[in-house]
Amino acid sequence: MSFSELFKLSGLLGRFSPDGKCLASCVQYRLVVRDASTLQILQLYTCLDQIQYIEWSSDSLFILCAMYKRGVVQVWSLEQPDWHCKIDEGSAGLVASCWSPDGRHILNTTEFHVSVNSSVLFSLFSLSLMNLGSLAGIAFTKDGRYMAVAERRDCKDFVSIFVCSDWQLLRHFDTETQDLFGIEWAPNGCVLAAWDTCLEYKILLYSLDGRLLSTYRAYEWSLGIKSIAWSPSSQFLAIGSYDEKVRILNHVTWKKITEFEHPATVASSKTIVYKEVEKSPSVETERLSFPPTRALASSLFSTQSKYDVSQVPVSLQHIKPVTDRANPKMGIGMLAFSPDNCFLATKNDNIPNAVWIWDIQKLKLFVVLEQLCAVQSFQWDPRQPRLAVCTGNSKVYLWSPAGCVSVQVPMEGKAAAGTSQAIISFLFPKYFSTCKSVRALSCKWLGCFLGAL
Amino acid sequence: MGDWKTITVPVLSSDSKNIFHYTSEKKISPPSMNSQVLRLPLPSSKSMHSFFSAFCTEENIEQSISYLNRELTTLGFPSIYAESKGQELNLISIINCMNELLVLQHKNLRAQEEVEMQHLKLGSDMDHLQNCYAKLKEQLELSKREIVGLQERDRQLQSKNRNLHQLLKNEKDEVQKLQNIISSRATQYNHDMKRKEREYNKLKERLHQLVMNKKDKKIAMEVLNYVGRADGKRGAWRTDKTEARNEEEMYKVLLSDYEQRQKQLLVENAELKKVLQQMKKEIILLLPPQKQKPKERSEDGPVLSDLEEDIGELNKENMWELSCETVREQLTNSIRKQWRMLKNHVEKLDNQVSRVHSGALNEKDVISREDHELETEKLELEIQQCKEMIKTQQQLLQQQLMSPCDDDTTLLLQDCYLLEERERLQEEWRLFREQKKNFEKERRSFTEAAIRLGLERKAFEEDRGAWLKQQFLSMSTDYKHSENVTTPSAFLGSCDQDNQLVKSTSQRKPPCMLSGPVSAEPCQTSQYITRNSAASKKPAGDSKPNQWVESDKEETK
Repeated sequence: MSFSELFKLSGLLGRFSPDGKCLASCVQYRLVVRDASTLQILQLYTCLDQIQYIEWSSDSLFILCAMYKRGVVQVWSLEQPDWHCKIDEGSAGLVASCWSPDGRHILNTTEFHVSVNSSVLFSLFSLSLMNLGSLAGIAFTKDGRYMAVAERRDCKDFVSIFVCSDWQLLRHFDTETQDLFGIEWAPNGCVLAAWDTCLEYKILLYSLDGRLLSTYRAYEWSLGIKSIAWSPSSQFLAIGSYDEKVRILNHVTWKKITEFEHPATVASSKTIVYKEVEKSPSVETERLSFPPTRALASSLFSTQSKYDVSQVPVSLQHIKPVTDRANPKMGIGMLAFSPDNCFLATKNDNIPNAVWIWDIQKLKLFVVLEQLCAVQSFQWDPRQPRLAVCTGNSKVYLWSPAGCVSVQVPMEGKAAAGTSQAIISFLFPKYFSTCKSVRALSCKWLGCFLGAL
Repeated sequence: MGDWKTITVPVLSSDSKNIFHYTSEKKISPPSMNSQVLRLPLPSSKSMHSFFSAFCTEENIEQSISYLNRELTTLGFPSIYAESKGQELNLISIINCMNELLVLQHKNLRAQEEVEMQHLKLGSDMDHLQNCYAKLKEQLELSKREIVGLQERDRQLQSKNRNLHQLLKNEKDEVQKLQNIISSRATQYNHDMKRKEREYNKLKERLHQLVMNKKDKKIAMEVLNYVGRADGKRGAWRTDKTEARNEEEMYKVLLSDYEQRQKQLLVENAELKKVLQQMKKEIILLLPPQKQKPKERSEDGPVLSDLEEDIGELNKENMWELSCETVREQLTNSIRKQWRMLKNHVEKLDNQVSRVHSGALNEKDVISREDHELETEKLELEIQQCKEMIKTQQQLLQQQLMSPCDDDTTLLLQDCYLLEERERLQEEWRLFREQKKNFEKERRSFTEAAIRLGLERKAFEEDRGAWLKQQFLSMSTDYKHSENVTTPSAFLGSCDQDNQLVKSTSQRKPPCMLSGPVSAEPCQTSQYITRNSAASKKPAGDSKPNQWVESDKEETK
């Protein structure tokens, strides 16, 4: 893996354009657009305030920059650098902002309502969709045709389905939930999953036309659903809950077909357990010089690591969260299906160092990756069954059915000491996956690394 | 009897000697009382001597005798006195009585022995039984104690069980209670939360109103430059038509998704059905032929016919690709039935195998593997032998059928056979010729005899004629003998007839010379034997030679 030079980035806001040609990053209040292959600066924009959020439009022609404190959203065009648009929410307060799938509308979520601004259309109209009491959940179907908005009115939860082409309200129905927590469309765009707050295990499945297809409750009284994930073929719905189990529902009967447990001891002999093992580098004392050069320093303090296959049974580090605090670190916090529908990666917050990979064809545990530090996030390659994991240190871990590898990401300075807050977000644009290259954007204030495997 | 006993016991102890003295005297000379000492050997000890002498002394002889007599008579013995005189003793009867008494004594002794033996036996039996009884009692005691112990344990376990059940119930009740508490609290919290939410919403509304009043008049958006849409169209207004269109599109999307899913399911279904049918066919093949008990047969009979029907039906169904409920049910039911049958069959085989392994071959129709293998080996050997036999026979046949110019050996063989036959035939010919010769000889002799006979007959006839002439001549002289003419004429007629017959027969069969004289014989015999009834005999006689001639003809053939 080769890495490019560092360049500055603030606020974890580095984004590739959807077509992979450009890379946008922001420094304080400036938006920098670079060419993806050469990293030459193409455009430079200045915004009103410190940018909190940027997003490319789906056709890579526009970028929106949201400044929540000011309540302003600014939109820049790549083709016409002179053009720009500013949306001011005023005192309503901007909570979130995102593009619509067609790349021509911006949805601003304010504290009072969600407004759709088609400011880039020929006619501008802002329609205030509704008054929302709490943070809205917005979900777009994969093909971008329909949008589902969850809201709460009079202590009741409602879901509205809009047609994205003309923002017409298609359906509006209430859900039988205590406090609707989240909604998500199935990839085929025909089923909407809505689940309740973690105090109650309840997930409701609605068809596109608003009919309730099925309700699933696994148990009562304990903390319920923590995370859900649809399989790419819409065949399965994986529900991760606070009881350290993942339940898989099938799309035909919406009944549970299997349960995946995450015990602290992995006993099955068919599971491969990769354990990250450190190997300290050798330092030749003659070569040491004072003051130490940058490279030397980084190499001294960085530790190499590799993966070892451990023999089952393996016991993993299990933590028991404090019972009197809210939002305990327990349960299945992260779920992701691989794009070919073969694997499911999960993380049990009780066992923070491990990533569990399940084989969906056999409905069995396939691989367990045991890291030295707690796993912060993981993401699948959009084209192949390849998983990238980061644990907050200076390494990137890649797993594929062929094997496991840990890649050292060159970092400097404070990052080398390891910041527990670092979160590495990975993007695998389709274009680059075909070239078998991995681009990694890493953490706080540090550089952007381009790598090719 | 008791008296006798009591008397004899003390009495007999003393004067035994005297008694015997006396008896010996009586033997020799009944009236005299000589003191001849004749001691008979006694099997008993000296005490018995005194024992015996105690009863009778010299003084009370008469009384003792009469007493003895009385006793003996009462016992059924004959009197010891002589019949004629009262005082004289009948020695013979006395001896007999004594003998009887001895015999009786022996019998009694034997009986006593037997009784004693039995007594001993019974005693030992009794001992034995008593021992057994004691042991059994002990065992009973032990088992009773054990039972008591086990009962006690059982009681303890049951009480433990009850306790655990009680604990479990308590725990369950507690859990239920806690759940109830939780649910009540949840409702309480929900209620509170809703209240607070409503308050919050109200406050937000007020805030919004307050805040919005100031700034919201401004336009929130500025468009500095207008950017057209990618396809250059303008946005459309929202109307009812658009609404309807949207609905339509939504339903289209849903329907297409459902159709896709249904297609996938149909494909899966068809594949599974195919697999099931294949499985069914294979199971039918795997099942053994129906050589089981008639009971099972009656069960399997309709099943088989059902199976065949099913196969036929389902094949038809396949052609038309119907998938109605009944067909599906039929298919699954038939597969389940057959699977059960196959399972039973496999279980039976497993049982057989396990029984064979354990070595217990009780049933007749269960053949152990070794026996089975032996049988198969034997059968194979037999088959081989039969095959070899068949081969050799075939070879021989071929050799037989093959042409003689092929092998010298075959020629020789053939010649051998022919020679054998020829020799046999030659022998027969010889025999035949001999017979022929004999027959010819006989015939010649017969013909000669016949000729002689004929000549004799002629002579005789001539004589007769001459005699008849004479008679006639003599008759003519006196008519008194005219009645006698008929009989000789009849006789003549019959003789003529006979002659004719003989001639005819001899003429009729000139080549068979055998028959001629031979036939003459029975004819002649018939002539000589029965003259009167010659006519009736003749056809019989004729038929006889005819028959005989035919049989002879057969022989000569």
